Amino acid sequence: MELPTPRGPVSAHVVHALRSGDAFEPAVAASADVLGDDAQVALWVLLQLHYRDFDDAARDAEWDVGAVALRQTLAESFVDRLRGLVTERVALARDAADDVPGQVMAMIGAADGPSLAAYLHREATREQVLSFLRQRSLYALKESDAHSFVLPRVHGSVKVALAELQYDEYGAGRPDRLHAGMYAEALVAAGLDPRYGRYVDEVAGPVLAVDNLISVLALQRRTRAASLGQLAAFEATSSLPSRRIAAGIERVGLPRAVAAYFDEHVEADAAHEQIALRAVCGALVAAEPELADDVLFGAAAYLELDERSAVHLLARWRDDEVVEAAS
Amino acid sequence: MTGPVRVTPCPDGPLLVRGADVVTDEDGTDHPVTRPVVALCVCGKSGRRPWCDDTHRSIRRST
Ligand code: FES
Ligand SMILES: [Fe+2]
Ligand SMILES: [Fe+2]
Repeated sequence: MELPTPRGPVSAHVVHALRSGDAFEPAVAASADVLGDDAQVALWVLLQLHYRDFDDAARDAEWDVGAVALRQTLAESFVDRLRGLVTERVALARDAADDVPGQVMAMIGAADGPSLAAYLHREATREQVLSFLRQRSLYALKESDAHSFVLPRVHGSVKVALAELQYDEYGAGRPDRLHAGMYAEALVAAGLDPRYGRYVDEVAGPVLAVDNLISVLALQRRTRAASLGQLAAFEATSSLPSRRIAAGIERVGLPRAVAAYFDEHVEADAAHEQIALRAVCGALVAAEPELADDVLFGAAAYLELDERSAVHLLARWRDDEVVEAAS
Repeated sequence: MTGPVRVTPCPDGPLLVRGADVVTDEDGTDHPVTRPVVALCVCGKSGRRPWCDDTHRSIRRST
């Protein structure tokens, strides 16, 4: 993939350092708004070094000391900022139930943000559905890869359950059912480009933040429990929305093959939700009770950022309609 | 698949079934199992029976 277009001084520095081979300056991140587009593009690029190559980078910087220092400066202030944003979600969940699966489900039940899936189901134009598919492509074309980094950091039955879930995400022995591959096929069927990272320049900052959260939590051993809480919240908010998104895709007249990825997730994630909540998070906290707060933090941070990205995309799409109506 | 079939009930949710090859529904229709673990609907309201499609959650919310 190619390096993205910078959106400010921090991402410009990161892209320049990778393209030229010049040294990274961790200090550039000091004054950035960590939830803003600039910092999120910078963080996204630094995290991608662990997944893919940039064709236009001068060298492999995955473990470059300066790149890692800058990534951690951004990642740590990102996580700190999120901790401050989710205290209410976590407190509510803790009071609502006495087991982790019940707490995560209570947190999901209390979330009252707007539903992107409902909009895609009933209202979105064909162009907006295509825009959604492009926004979703960064995560979905490397779907589940982040959580494979967590496997060596958990043990016993938790490892077994996470491996079982990942095996299903990776096609359960059938290459044509690899979820990331099914997403690439959906993009092709919709007339879009299936190459990873192709649409990064149009992906909104709040959507990048969701993808970055997933990578940041999964790539640090100390946030492994938060990563699994994030996974549980993701899986438990996927089955019903996937059904609505598939229906929206058909409503706007895109080919059946575009909806197949979402159809698969109706059944798959109804099962993954139970595995992630109980056999992964529940079992993890039963073995290590001190990790309960981390699980809830990961779930809450994901729900917070997912809600922000939905609010952002819905506002953007409603603005499009105002412009169209006026012209 | 070889080995025992394992069934795990989920509170207010489906049955997780591991190790099955086929699920036969009440009409006698066979549904091949294609994933390592499947969620079987027990609330009776799924649109994808015999599989759970999370419809049980909307039911629980409205009661
Ligand atoms: S048990 Fe989940 S839909 Fe019936
Ligand atoms: Fe998936
Ligand atoms: Fe899943």
